[in-house]
Parts: sequence; C-alpha cells; structure tokens
Amino acid sequence: MNEAAIENKGEIKQWNPKIIAFLCNWCSYAGADLAGVSRIQYPPTIRVVRVPCSGRINPFFIIKSLMDGWDGVVVSGCHPGDCHYISGNLVARRRFAILKDLLDFFGIEPERVQFMWASAAEGERFAVLIKKITKLMRKVGPNDRFKKKW
Amino acid sequence: MVILMGNIQEENKNIEHSMKEVAYNLLKNKEVDLIIGYAKGTIPLSSSPSFIINQKDVDNLIWDNLCHVNLARYVVPPITKIIDNENIPLKVGIVSKGCVGRSLIHLAKENQVNLENIKIIGISCNGIINRKRIEKELGEKEIIELSVMNSEIIAKGVDFVKTFFFDDYLNESCKKCKIKAPPMVSSQSNVIVGGSVESSSGEDDFSDLTEHESKTPEEKWQTIVELLSPCTRCYACREACPMCYCNLCFVDQNKPIWFGKTTDMSDIVSFHLVRAMHVAGRCVACGSCSSACPMGIDLTFITRKLEKIVKQRFDFTSGLSFDILPPMMTQKMNDKEDFMIGEH
Repeated sequence: MNEAAIENKGEIKQWNPKIIAFLCNWCSYAGADLAGVSRIQYPPTIRVVRVPCSGRINPFFIIKSLMDGWDGVVVSGCHPGDCHYISGNLVARRRFAILKDLLDFFGIEPERVQFMWASAAEGERFAVLIKKITKLMRKVGPNDRFKKKW
Repeated sequence: MVILMGNIQEENKNIEHSMKEVAYNLLKNKEVDLIIGYAKGTIPLSSSPSFIINQKDVDNLIWDNLCHVNLARYVVPPITKIIDNENIPLKVGIVSKGCVGRSLIHLAKENQVNLENIKIIGISCNGIINRKRIEKELGEKEIIELSVMNSEIIAKGVDFVKTFFFDDYLNESCKKCKIKAPPMVSSQSNVIVGGSVESSSGEDDFSDLTEHESKTPEEKWQTIVELLSPCTRCYACREACPMCYCNLCFVDQNKPIWFGKTTDMSDIVSFHLVRAMHVAGRCVACGSCSSACPMGIDLTFITRKLEKIVKQRFDFTSGLSFDILPPMMTQKMNDKEDFMIGEH
C-alpha cells in the first residue's frame, strides 16, 4: 500500500518516516517475507536491504544512512544461538551496544537506531516490532540534525 | 589526587637520572638496539620524541611534565632492521609512563608488537601539563621557561612571571588517570625506574559525564557541535593515536567514499563518531589525541565516554592485563540486550 493510497483512504494522515531496514538473509528477511505472505498488516515505512548476516553490518552503514537523510535505521538478525554463521549476531550485538550508546552521547535520538531479533517463523513479531518502531519514529520526527546539508 | 606533592620537579629529576642510567646500560649491554624516549623540544613548553641508537647520546633524554607523546605509536608497524635483509625486528627500549605501557600491552594482545623484542622502561608519571590552556591564558606573551615547584607551575617570560595551580592545568585525561606507571607484564620486558609504582585505588564513578548524559538529545548535539566545530579534519588525532595503525584509514578510502571531505557538521561528527567506534575497548585514555589537536579540541570528552561504556557494559579496562581478551575480540551468549527493542 503506497502513501498516496493511504491518504486516499483517509486512514492515516500523518507523516511517515523513511526507515532503512538491514535484514539478515537467514532469519529476519524470511520473517519479513512470512509477514507478507501471511498478509499481516504493518506500516509501509521500511525499505529492506538484505545482508548475509547481522555481523556483516558495519557501523558505517548505519551512520551513512543517517547522513543520507534516512529518518531511522532498523537492524534485525537471528536470535542468539541461531546464527547461520555460528556467532555473527553475537559479534554484532557487542558492536551495536557500543554504537547505540555513542549515538546517544552524540545527540542522535536513541529511538532512531533500533536493533531487534526476528526468526524466520516470527512474521507476527516482525510486524508488531515494525509497528512499534514506526510509532517511536513518528514521535521523534524527521532526521534533520544529522542529515548532510550539502 | 593522591600524589605525594613533595616536589614534582625533584621527583622528575630523579626519574630522569635513573632512566638515563638504565638506558645507557641497556644500550651498552646490547640488550636493545634502540631507545625511544623524549628529548627537549625546539620551543618552550614542548618535548619531542627521540630515537637513540648510540649510548653516548643518552644524555639527550629528558623526563618532565611536558612529555605528552604516546611513544607506543612508534612501534607499530614493527620497526625492522633496515640494514639486515632478513627483516629481523629491532629490539626496542621504550620510556613508558602508565599509558604508554598500557598501549604496548594492548598492542601485544592485538599481535601488533612482540613484547619479547620490547623493553618497557617504566616510569611513574604525575600528569602532563596542558600547555594549550596555559598558552591561551597568557595570550600573546611568550614563555621562555617553565618549571614546576611545590604543586605550582611557574611560567617565566621576558617581563613577567605567572603561576598556575598544577592540579588544574593538567590534561583532562591525566586528572582522572588512575594508572600512573605501566602494569607489569613479565620480568623480561619490564624495567621499572625510579620511585614506587603507585596506582590510586578506588572505582571510577564517571561522575564528570552525568551532566552531559542528563541533557536532551538537542542539547547534547549542541554541545558536540560546539566541541567539534573548530575541527579542520587534519587527522592529527589519528596520527598521534597508537591504536590507529590501519594501513588504509576509512577516511582515506575512496572506493567507496564513506564520508565526505567537507566541513559540514555531519561529516565532522561522523568522522569522530566512527573513530570513537574503532577505538572502543582499545583506547587507553592517554589523551595524546587532544594534545596533538592543533585546534585545541578536548577529545578526551569522547574517549572518556568510551571508557565508561566499556567498563559498564563489559567490565573491561584496556591495557591492564595480558590474559583478558578485549571486548570487541570476544563475545558471550548472555551479553546484555537492554538496548534492543522487544515486543514488550
């Protein structure tokens, strides 16, 4: 459902954040797929980037996304212990813990960058979390502070 | 601070004297090929790193409260014997205050240096004077001589004498430093010089950060912009840092170009953000990045936060022991997940 369609229906007439979602190929991407196949409704705010593993995600990706003007970033991977590459998500978790604290310290709202786990069977959970994240992001508003001006 | 305030200058002179003796003997007995230490700088209030291969030059070494360079910077990438075509590593003796020793231990853990080839000439440091603050305070006036007497810094110029309180004019990182002398690794690589090795006990509560942390994101951003806006991105902080030894730094990379070269705040902030990310769990808070900064930016504000994150999340302080792996090199199944979003 695109934004125009929503407006025409008069369902939601509010600002929609643009969120970039890095989904791990083995769990979350399949989870998002399941949410779609099962026709579970969730806001059309995320744009998906498929990555091999959440451990593949360099903090560059997240910071660069914010600089390029995305309002939010979601990173999702397999639950701990389920990683296709044994410990990729555990490595990622430590990295994200530090990144999130640092972003907060630098004055970028902690709500803007979100990390979550979703397995391939959790289409429902995926939809619920995206709804929750979209709600949080609406509260925070557009990312105009960190966006590159020129 | 719990340093014995007997007489800092006298203490330093004693250390300097025994340091020269140790360096002389090491070179004479061929235990090392090279001594890396500090020599007098060309302008007042400065010191420069010095490389000594001949025992008769040992007298050039100095030790005072202006030796701010982290000498561990000079052993990565490993120095090899140039005349020897088999690339045998040089045996190096390094004059090490607490933070230099910690950097060396951490670099050894990252397999960047081999401690068998390194003699740590450990000395107890009582803090480095922040010369930029003194220069700023004096404005146009030129200092000819600087001495430390009974917890006071005395700056002499052509027509003035001004005193500063020693504790107030230290580097920010030195004010909070708890490890004054390098930790012992093994009796083979350590030589301890001068007085007793003291490290004031007591947990660090990071109370200096609470003010910033309690601000709203908008205010935090303002503080960071104020702090970093003078940055010209000369990368002096990177060059001074012993942990920044990558062959190709992310800012020099041009395929892909991650970050622009402009002075847009978002480019500047992201440089410091990613650099902080890269030294997380590795930074020993030596403060050489802020000493090197030509614009006088206090980067220890950021490294202090890193220390706090790593201490609170992973209960780790870098460069203290040889046995514990740094947090970014290892992971646990039950690491805390309080920052992640869940259904509830």
